[in-house]
Amino acid sequence: MSEIADKVKKIVVEHLGVEESKVTPEASFIDDLGADSLDTVELVMAFEEAFNVEIPEDAAEKIATVKDAIDYIEKQKAA
Amino acid sequence: MFRLDGKTALVTGASGGIGRAIAATLHAQGATVVLSGTREAVLQEQVKELGGERAFYVTANLSEAAEADALVGKAEEVAGAPLDILINNAGLTRDTLALRMKDQDWDQVLNVDLSSPFRLCRAALKGMLRRRAGRIVNIASVVGTTGNAGQANYSAAKAGMVGMSKSLAQEAGSRGVTVNVVAPGFIVTPMTDVLPEAQKEKLTSAIPLGRLGKPEDVASAVLYLCTEEAGWVTGSTLHVNGGMAMV
Repeated sequence: MSEIADKVKKIVVEHLGVEESKVTPEASFIDDLGADSLDTVELVMAFEEAFNVEIPEDAAEKIATVKDAIDYIEKQKAA
Repeated sequence: MFRLDGKTALVTGASGGIGRAIAATLHAQGATVVLSGTREAVLQEQVKELGGERAFYVTANLSEAAEADALVGKAEEVAGAPLDILINNAGLTRDTLALRMKDQDWDQVLNVDLSSPFRLCRAALKGMLRRRAGRIVNIASVVGTTGNAGQANYSAAKAGMVGMSKSLAQEAGSRGVTVNVVAPGFIVTPMTDVLPEAQKEKLTSAIPLGRLGKPEDVASAVLYLCTEEAGWVTGSTLHVNGGMAMV
């Protein structure tokens, strides 16, 4: 697992208080991990802070799963 | 009832008449208070008056966006604790009839009285939401509801504050964070002392409770909304105006 994926997972576990085993790439923040809309905003802000990236509102709206977040951040970091 | 032991509160505009009373009241109920204002000497004096314990100050010019953004962090730093309570009390007026109101009069009042409270709410909410607790009380004005000739800017900002608070209350409710408004009527402060006696009499005659308000009247209402006991009150506006406007 990439360093970014690892860190994303850690942030999700910490913010949502869920078991690490549940944070699979396909896991949806809202449907599988019990997040509400405020949680998803907090998560995006935590990602921004941790990875020093800016995630604009329209991109943030598309981040629904753990994989979405990892992919977006990896793309930003590669650019 | 209504104790605030162990809580940390930031009061903006604390060197003014109402802000001073709010800070003193919260402090008396056990809170650690951080006073913010522009006049350092006055703030220092107030900290001393509060006995020096559980009292701190931070100077800030809230017409500067960056200073407003940074204030919550600075307050937490001096108090050495996360913020439990935010009181947006700072404000200014630039009264004149609309025909003569300059863009600058409008912008300045909207900036300090509405944009800066928003910035402070945004900064405070970040930690409050995470900690699943917090109280925000925004100090508006009766003129935000009734309007007032000569105060198009001020009344717009204060009405805006009410709408903002209701939205924030909806956003923060699921985390147990409440956002409320206290809307004072005519309160006796150094700012209003300069009014001619005849005008004060006229104002008093329009108040069913027969007197002008004291800063402490406002502070008591603010205190209530800061307590655990007010945990099921959010998005509301508590009017403290002696009955002048029953809304």
